[in-house]
Formats: sequence, C-alpha cells, structure tokens
Amino acid sequence: MSLVTVDDLSVRFGATTVVSGVSFSVEEGECIGIVGESGSGKSVTARALLGLAGRRAVVSAAALDVDGTDIRTASPRQLRALRGREIGYVSQGALVALDPLRPVGREISDSLRLHTTMTPVERRARVLELLADVGVPEPSLRAGQRPDELSGGLRQRAVIASAIALRPRLLIADEPTTALDSTVQAGILDLLERLRDAGTAVILISHDLAVVSRLATRVLVMNAGTIVESGPTARVLGEPRHPYTRRLIAAVPTDRPRGTRLTPAVAAAPAAVSTAAAAPVAASVAAPVAAPVAAPVGNSGTAVAEDTESSVSTPGATATPEFPKTPGDAGGRAVVVAASRLSRRFGARLAVDDVSFTLERGRTLGVVGESGSGKTTVARLVLALDRPDAGDVHVLGEPWTTATERERRALRPRIGAIYQDALSSFDPRFTVGRILADAVSHGRSTRAGDEVAALLRRVGLDPAVAARRPLHLSGGQQQRVAIARAIAAKPDVIVCDEPVSSLDVSVQAQVLDLLDELQRDLGISYLFITHDLGVVRHVSDDVLVMQHGRVVESGPTERVFADPRDPYTRALFASAPRIGGWRAPTPPS
Amino acid sequence: MRLPSVLALAVVAFLAIAALAPSALAPGDPLAIAPLDAFQPPSLAHIFGTDESGRDIYTRVVHGTGASLLIGIAATAIGLGLAVVFGLLAGFGPRWLDFGTTRLLEVLFAFPGLLFALLFIVIYGPGVVTSTIAVGLSTAPGYARIIRSRVIQVRTSPYLEAAVVLGRGRTTRIVRHVLPNVAGSLFVLATLGIGQSIVWASSLSYLGLGAVPPAAEWGAMLSAGRTYIASFWWMTFFPGLFIVLSAAATTLLGRAIQQRGRES
Repeated sequence: MSLVTVDDLSVRFGATTVVSGVSFSVEEGECIGIVGESGSGKSVTARALLGLAGRRAVVSAAALDVDGTDIRTASPRQLRALRGREIGYVSQGALVALDPLRPVGREISDSLRLHTTMTPVERRARVLELLADVGVPEPSLRAGQRPDELSGGLRQRAVIASAIALRPRLLIADEPTTALDSTVQAGILDLLERLRDAGTAVILISHDLAVVSRLATRVLVMNAGTIVESGPTARVLGEPRHPYTRRLIAAVPTDRPRGTRLTPAVAAAPAAVSTAAAAPVAASVAAPVAAPVAAPVGNSGTAVAEDTESSVSTPGATATPEFPKTPGDAGGRAVVVAASRLSRRFGARLAVDDVSFTLERGRTLGVVGESGSGKTTVARLVLALDRPDAGDVHVLGEPWTTATERERRALRPRIGAIYQDALSSFDPRFTVGRILADAVSHGRSTRAGDEVAALLRRVGLDPAVAARRPLHLSGGQQQRVAIARAIAAKPDVIVCDEPVSSLDVSVQAQVLDLLDELQRDLGISYLFITHDLGVVRHVSDDVLVMQHGRVVESGPTERVFADPRDPYTRALFASAPRIGGWRAPTPPS
Repeated sequence: MRLPSVLALAVVAFLAIAALAPSALAPGDPLAIAPLDAFQPPSLAHIFGTDESGRDIYTRVVHGTGASLLIGIAATAIGLGLAVVFGLLAGFGPRWLDFGTTRLLEVLFAFPGLLFALLFIVIYGPGVVTSTIAVGLSTAPGYARIIRSRVIQVRTSPYLEAAVVLGRGRTTRIVRHVLPNVAGSLFVLATLGIGQSIVWASSLSYLGLGAVPPAAEWGAMLSAGRTYIASFWWMTFFPGLFIVLSAAATTLLGRAIQQRGRES
C-alpha cells in the first residue's frame, strides 16, 4: 500500500473551488514534485493532506489516506499525532515560521517533548544531533540563538530540523528554497536529497521547475486547481504533452540565449512598426517581429553585420521570434552610466569596495551576487539615493554623485528605477492613473490622460487599469505599472533591482520579455541586479559578479558563463539548479 | 456599523446641534434666574432640575455645549498644529534638529500635562482663551511624538524613494506624499483628542481657571454644584454626565475610524 493515497480530492472555499479532481499517490522513500504558479492550488493540496486546509475549507475526496489514517474522518487528536510523528511539514515562508523570541533549539525540541518520553538531557542531545544532521555548523552555539541571529539558510535548516525531529516517513516541503540565494538553495536541496535517500518520502512543492527536477522522481503539474500533467520527471520535462507544461518550461530563462522570447508573441507588431518609421536603419531589423515567418528570408540579405549573430543564430525557432539588437557596433557606443572606483562603508563593513563599470546605450549590464554582496548598494549609489565614500558615478557624461540634489534634478528623468517590491514603491493613496500621470507630467498633473492610456497599453495593460489602486492588481500587473512609470519620462537608463524575484516563472517571463521589447524599441540601457543566474544570463550583454562588495569577475555574459575564471563565479554557477539536473537516488549502502 | 458607533454618532449629532443652535433644543435663557424655583429636583418642567438661582440646568447644559466643544476642538487643533510642525521638523529636518526637538519633547513629557497647562495660566491669567491655549500646548508633545514617527515611516518608505528617483523636490514630496499619508492618522488622533481636551478644559474651569461663572460651561457648573453635592446631586450629575458622554462618544468614534482605516 502507498504511503499517501489521494483520490479525487476537491477543496472549496465558499463558492470557489480551488482544488478539484486531484489524484496521486506517494510511495515510501519517493520524492514527488508539485509544480504550478501561485494560486494553482498546490499549497492547498499539501495542507489538505495535513488536515490543515483551513476552517472555511470544504474538503472532499474519494480517498485521502496518509500512512493508513483516513484524514477525512480522523479526529483532531489523531491528526495531531500524525502531524508530528508521521508527517513533517516545512511551510511556505519558513523564514518567519520560527517564533522570534525563542531559541531555535527550544523550538526543535518542542515536538520531541510533545511526542516522546525523552528526558530534557536526551532531548538536548537529539536537538544538537538534528542540527548537525541538517548541516548547521556549531550546533551547540546555534541552538541557543534566536531566529534573528541566524541567516536565512540556517533558519531554513532549523525549520527542516524541527520537521524531521521525529523521523517522519513523509516530509512535505512547500517552497523550501524560495527567497534563498542559489548556493544556500543548493545546500537545502542537498539536504532534502539526503533525507530522500535515507528513506523519507518527500512531497516537494515549488513554482521553480529546476528545483523540482533536481529531486523528484515524478512531477505533478498543477494549473487552476487541477493536475494537467503528471509522470516521471524526465518524461514530463523532456517531452511535455500539455500546452501549459510546455509554456511553463519555455518560461524558464536559464540557458535561453539573449534576445529570445520566453512567452509566445502577442501583438508586438504596432510598436515595432512605429520604431521602423522613426528610425529607417532599424526597419529591416524590426521586420522579423512583425512577420515572424518571414524572418530568416528577410534578414539574410539585409541585416547589418553586427546583427547577424543575434537574429540569425537560430533561424529554425520561428515559434519564438527574436528581439534583434539595435544596430550599431558594440565597441563605440555612448556611455550612459560610468561608475569609477565606488566604495561605500557601513560601520566596519565595506558594502561596496572599489567597484567600477560602464554601461553603454541600449545594452544591459547584469549585476549578480548573493544577498549581502553589495549589489543593492551599487544600485542605490547609481540612483544617488546614497553617497559613495569614495569614487563617483557619471550619468550621460555629467557628474552625478558629486553633484547636489538640486543639480541632479534636471537629469533625474533620464534615469529610472524599478524595484523588487513594486507595490511598496507606489504611494498607497494613488490610483494607477495618478501614479502615471504624475510621472508623465513631471509632477505637474495628477489627471490621467491619453498619454497614461498609451503608457498602459505599451506595457501590455488595459487602460481601464488606470482607475484602480495598485493594491488590487496582481504582482505581474504591479510590476508592469512600475515599468510604465519608469519609462514615462523617456529615460536613457533604468536601474532594475531584482525586478522579477518575487514573481512566478511564467509572469517573470512576461516581464522579462516586456523589458527586452522596450529596450529594442526605445534604446534603453538597463543596470539589471539579480541573484538569479538564469535571469542574468538571459537578459544581459555584460555581467558583473559580486562577492563581499567586490567585483570578482566581469565581462561579456557569454564569455563569463562559458568560461568562468574566478573560483567564486565557478562555485556560484555550479550551485544554480537547472532543469534536467535530476540525480538518481544513490542505492543504500 | 456596530451599535456603539451608532450610539456615539447619535450623541455627537446631538452635541453638534446643541453647539450650533442651542435654542432649538432648549428655548429658554440659560442665565434667567428664578429664585423661587431654586433647587428643584428633576421633573417634567425642569428635566435636569434647577440650581441655586433657579436656573434650568438642562438649558444651561445645552447652552454650555458650544463653549465646551469649542474649547475641546480649538485646543486639539492647537495641539495638533504644533505637533505637525514639530513632527515635520524632526522627521524631515537635519539630524541635529531631530535630536533637539526629540529631547525638548522628552523634557515636556516629564511634566504632567495639566501641570504644564496650570503653569501657562499662572503666567497669562485665567480665561477661556488662555485655558484653550494651555490645553492645546500641553497635549502637543504627545501628538508630536506620534506624528514624528509617522513622518519618518513615510519618509523612509520605498515610495518616497521612488519620488526622489523621479526627481521630485523636497517640498513636492512633503506636500504630495508625506502630509496626505500622515493626515489619515492625524484625523484619528484629532477625534480621539477632542474628548480628552474637553475633559481637560472642564477640569480647568472646575478649578476656576477657565470659563468663569455665571457663564454656562460644564466645568464651571460642576464647580458651582460642588458645594451642594450632598443635598442636590442633579446640579453636578448632569454637567458631569455630558462631559463623560461627549468624551466617550468622540473617543468611540475615533476608535471606529481607526479600526476602519486598519481594515481597508
């Protein structure tokens, strides 16, 4: 008999059905992955297994058994025993799952205290053993610390330690590595892999296909509350049958060449035509987008030399038309942002240490590194929100960081910004229309006019959105509004600080495509900051790898990725999960 | 809307009418004496009874509403106005100014508010105007501290940073983003503060430092009735009741608004 049997599971909240007709089973020691976007019902499915779907949830199923217990009829007492002993649960947002006022060791020993007859001394020993097991260095020191004294990775390990304290036969991990840096993420995945190999069944929930593909033997793809496709990992990712799965896989930017669309093309034609009219040189280049089928033919004869590599390199891939680069030779373009020898110190810590770079017109410079590597500080220095202790930044040839704010103001419209958390960058009282009207008119008007409607259309939103408040929009829509605001003043450069990090893969793909499209049409340069290597490789022409505030490696993206020279860069790239990186469970020795 | 809020709203509506058009609710003259009717207990003719000069207490309470509410509102306005200036200076000015204002506020906090008001009256003499200013001054530090923290919260918010990036000057940022976002909490503070100011102003009148008899003012009426409290309870009870009612109603309303603000 299977460890978990789910047959025809449905979960309703009032009149809305969030999960329907979901069936699957999990065998002992097996890892299955549940993949889908936010709102696809994957977390609710997992919570239903724990009897934690929520008080207002109506759960119905033909079968819902975990380890021989029928969850549908189990009493609260039985459920509690099951949860601690047989099922470990690592909830979403595990970074805040720990009580901030209690030492983590106490938190972990709770389940031992409740479910076993161990003495305090035995419990303490077991906690230290668990912490060591999950790879926390200096367990005896860490056990006495509170969550805020631990890094994100250590906190996540502590949560997993408490989930596996009683050696459960099933571990449910809901987005266990979201919001973690890639090297930390790799460590957590290694840990889950070890648990799987030691015989714990794992249900791994993630929106990230790469994460799931590394561990799961089988994958369930969920969309809008139903399983659209399921099967062995290699088969589902290798030859996806359902269009939704195919779209999800196509949306992953890792290993997708620069300038390739991640989403199917939608009505990009009018924009391309207007550019063509404005700049005759670009006409032949813009044509392929308007008529994708004609691309290989039209381009082969007329393309400017420098464009051939980007627009003709994959002539067969007509399903995903490309964004050809704007003409001009890569070497001699105008420099829009030049930073030289920037340093910024916070107390004893050097957040940015001797960082120099130049960003040319129409190009993208990716800045990649883990949290604490100083990349956001670089963004703030470039935006002149913070002053460097040494070094300076020139924008469009004018002194920038050394100028006064009053002098900078004239140049401010030329340099825009978009942030990770778009919502909090909007005044909560403003409607979308007012936000954009304010940006278009340089703060002189608050009434939304035709220009605002045009801006909204430009970023792929319905002009009717203008009347709404950002709070009521989805994450992707909010980021589009932020982009609209950034391009409203027709900037030469936009600083993007983790603009897609809190978005689902498919929404992320749409936003990245939009940024690419705007770069091609408007010639904007991007300073693109991210911790996601797949994203940085997809979007940037040149890349800057940062560690501890220093640039450890820089150069053209393809060169750096193909041939990383710095040991840190190599370690960083090695830790990035990628689709198809599945490793078979090692046979028990 | 829940029942307490409805009741509070009804009381505030009644007080508003009493303040704006007292004759509509009590057609009599609050100062008309009738020595023969002195010390009448509440009856149909005099529903709140009469005082030592035979004046109708109901009429006096209704006619006193204007003075009491006006003092309450004016004092709160003075307090909040000062607090906004202090809060903006502390929240937006250079660091030394923030340090200076914060320390000054802390010193003011060391005095009990009423003592501070008394000090002011001692210097400038008793009266309605001075007691209003005194109450306003003594409530200002509390408001200033709340507003300062709110200003700092808004100033350091990502949307204000976004405004800097868009090239907005300091004045634009204050007028367009900071003040409107602080105004929400200001409104709640004001409704909560009016009740407190009414009580304080009445306390000052009770001590003989605010409105002076024979003016119909709640605190002054309380003070006048104090001598007779053992025999003629209605002389102190009804003015006291109105002080409690008005303070409670405005506070309840303030809380209800605060609640709604939190939920939306």
